[in-house]
Amino acid sequence: MKSSFQKFKESYFLYSFRQDKVAMASFTAIIIFILLALTAPWIAPMNPYDANNIDIMNAEIPPSWNEGGEKNFPIGTDNMGRDMLSTMLYGLRTSIMIGIGAVSLQALIGIFMGLSAGYFGGKTDAVLMRIADIQFSFPYLMLAILVGAIFKMVFGIGRYEQLAVPLLILIIGFAEWPMYARTIRASVMREKNKEYVEAAKVIGLSNRVIMVRHVLPNSLTSLMVISTIQIANAVMSEAALSFLGLGMPVTMPSLGSLIRSGFDYIFSGSWWITVFPGILLILFVLAINLLGDWLRDVLNPKLYKG
Amino acid sequence: MVMLIISLIGFSIKRNIGDPIRDLVGERVTPEERAVIADKLGLNDPFFKQYTRFVKNVLHGDFGTSLIYRKPCLEVILKHAPATIELVLGAALIIIFISLPLGVFAALKPKHLFSKCIMGFSTLGVSIPVFLTAIMFIYLFSVTLGWLPSYGRGETVDLFNNGYWNSGLLTIDGLKHLVLPCVSLASIMLPLYIRLIRSEMMEVLETEYIKYAWAKGLAPTRIWLVHAFKNTLLPVVTVFGLQIGIMFAFTILTETVFQWQGMGFMFLEAIQRADISLLIAYLVVVASVFVLVNTVVDIFYGFINPTVRISGTK
Amino acid sequence: MSHLLDIQDLEVKFALRTGDITAIDGVSFVLDRGEKLGLVGESGAGKSVTGFSIINLISKPGYISKGKICFEGNEISSYSDEQMRKIRGNRISMIFQDPMMTLNPVFTIGFQMIETLQAHQKISKSDAREIALEKLKKVHIPSPEQRLSQYPHELSGGMRQRIIIAISLLTDPAIIIADEPTTALDVTIQAEIMDLLQELCESDNMALILITHDLGVVSQVTEKIAVMYAGKIIEYGSTDQVVKHPVHPYTEGLIKSIPGTVIKPGEDLVQIPGMMPTLTNIPPGCAFNPRCYLKGAICTTQTPELKDVGNGVSAACHMK
Repeated sequence: MKSSFQKFKESYFLYSFRQDKVAMASFTAIIIFILLALTAPWIAPMNPYDANNIDIMNAEIPPSWNEGGEKNFPIGTDNMGRDMLSTMLYGLRTSIMIGIGAVSLQALIGIFMGLSAGYFGGKTDAVLMRIADIQFSFPYLMLAILVGAIFKMVFGIGRYEQLAVPLLILIIGFAEWPMYARTIRASVMREKNKEYVEAAKVIGLSNRVIMVRHVLPNSLTSLMVISTIQIANAVMSEAALSFLGLGMPVTMPSLGSLIRSGFDYIFSGSWWITVFPGILLILFVLAINLLGDWLRDVLNPKLYKG
Repeated sequence: MVMLIISLIGFSIKRNIGDPIRDLVGERVTPEERAVIADKLGLNDPFFKQYTRFVKNVLHGDFGTSLIYRKPCLEVILKHAPATIELVLGAALIIIFISLPLGVFAALKPKHLFSKCIMGFSTLGVSIPVFLTAIMFIYLFSVTLGWLPSYGRGETVDLFNNGYWNSGLLTIDGLKHLVLPCVSLASIMLPLYIRLIRSEMMEVLETEYIKYAWAKGLAPTRIWLVHAFKNTLLPVVTVFGLQIGIMFAFTILTETVFQWQGMGFMFLEAIQRADISLLIAYLVVVASVFVLVNTVVDIFYGFINPTVRISGTK
Repeated sequence: MSHLLDIQDLEVKFALRTGDITAIDGVSFVLDRGEKLGLVGESGAGKSVTGFSIINLISKPGYISKGKICFEGNEISSYSDEQMRKIRGNRISMIFQDPMMTLNPVFTIGFQMIETLQAHQKISKSDAREIALEKLKKVHIPSPEQRLSQYPHELSGGMRQRIIIAISLLTDPAIIIADEPTTALDVTIQAEIMDLLQELCESDNMALILITHDLGVVSQVTEKIAVMYAGKIIEYGSTDQVVKHPVHPYTEGLIKSIPGTVIKPGEDLVQIPGMMPTLTNIPPGCAFNPRCYLKGAICTTQTPELKDVGNGVSAACHMK
């Protein structure tokens, strides 16, 4: 028996990964972004959350290579006098945190719903999928905005800003679960009639065990593909919500709210407040999308065949 | 069905968060007075009874009065709708006229350098949030080059002389104002469509009937543009119907950036100033637009797909 | 006089990432006017690829790597795409395997018939419609007028295959290549379609290449037969001779596996042991050697050539 690591080393998966420069580059980029985000408190020159470090006199200093730039602030400062670089690192951290959190929630709800729908069929299926359909036909962004607005009204602006991270995770998570539910259901429907499930039934395994231990692993590839795309989507949704003033507050900015705060100053010439976080956001999402594309090409048997 | 659920959700929000009495008489009322008014308005009735009344009112076009505008909600929405419709329409046209040729080209010549560029750009396009695209456009075309105006609708013309449809389509200035918002809005969907059309077309090109068309000795352009194209269009039309709804959602973002006085802008204003009635009215109106668009798309789909047409008449 | 169709040493390769794979290896045969040839073999033997390579429509990544195809004295294997297009569906028509998949579902029968005519002739719509009607009558389709305005999904499989045959007749071609024309149909309809094809070829003096795995059908319809195995023709000659006195052990096995031919009722049917090799791992020497009961030492080292074995039959076997 080969160890699973050896098997992985010889797999088609790894082979095509090493053949594809774009996939490798985007994977590396994602790893770097995540590392940056994780280590932000240690590598950032200053802590943007700490009011003691912020001096309003430093506001809107351009990048250091421009006239009027300062060495202390390599890519300038924002409208509140925070170092852009540090703020962006913290922003990336927030964005990634919300993205991953929201997708985990989506996956949790979606997998549960999808498994139940696909496995039990009949009325459970009809009801669950009807809910998913209705929510699907309604644009998720509008839903997220609406729920965000309601939360904001219910909690009041102050409380909302304190609770922004978990609330955003909740909002984005609930707005997009049907995607998972549908994918899982489709693959459960496919797997359900296969012989190994029959066999598992014959030896008397319970429904729960069959689903979790046998059917779910067979749906993993499609889950992987949509997960990457959904993380990109979640990060974008968070940015959009923050941009509309329904997301992270300016005191604890994500990339979206940084872009927003910069937008007010772009006409007065302070382009860097918008442009740098914008580029960071685009690069991060682009890397995820490229990796997702590649994953889909490799793992999707329909395309693989052709 | 969808409408019913949305109205139900809308109503629950209204009931639980909104404060109709404040909407009506303002903050300075004693609790006793409030109780009287509440009773008079039927606010103490059971949920279902209130809901039925709400639906009845809605069916008569009565969504209540907007807090911000001090006018009936429906009127406010109808006045803002044309701006959004023009925006969505413009974006839809851009999408159709750009994504079809590019997607088809990328499918026919997948190894061509230009196709690779198209696909590269569409991946990039998917990754750029619409508000960033919009900001970039403003910075480039308005701030730096000064070619196009960056916000507002410009000069508009009252289309039917009844004060509702103020169109920007008839004046040069209005059209100029339309360009950037439309292009930004289109930029969200464009990459998706190019990819969809490409992959659908590639799948169709592999089918037996296309191979047979070659075997019949038809000219390549005819095979591609008549045989393969029509079959590609079928799934694309369905998706397009669904996506128009999503475009409405994205108008919220686009309209915010461009200060475009449409429904999305109004929606955000309603949220920020807690104008619940207007919010609910917006939801119901947008939901009916979805239903309408989907019906139109279904009809159109039946028109181009003979298989559906037959089963429909049976 | 030259033959209607003359294929010399045809070789077709498929370009894969891991290198080229030979699908057709040195296939030669000739066809005269009005002659009917059966191309027989298991699936994957290369019969369909041979059929498609005649009109140069091998699906990618396949390509003709060697050999010549001459049609009416012209070497069509060197034709440009546009020259080739004028032959396809015009002088050489093709009938596909599955009538359910062959017609474009979103266009009417009339549309698909008229466009075929207009692709090859300068002809008005109404004239084209007349011809289409005439051909529909020829394939015995009831109420042909009505069919023209129907969509493919409104018709049964047998009806669709008749329509496809009618389409292939539109331009009065010299050759019809029928790729397993009856496999996807019900048994009762299979016989009708075969009878129809035979009748049409004889009345219009058309040549037919019938690609099938069904030796029974071939023996009833065709005059000549070519048996293919792993990309090569291993036996070639008049149908009568080959079916009654097969030379190659593979042909022999094929025939003995059909009830009611050589084997009399009551006798056991013969089964050929093993499976045909896939194109990626064809054994050295004779490709059939692992399954052959006559196998000798030479069979695993040298590839047998097609040679004359008398009675106008040639076979590729060391042992005969």
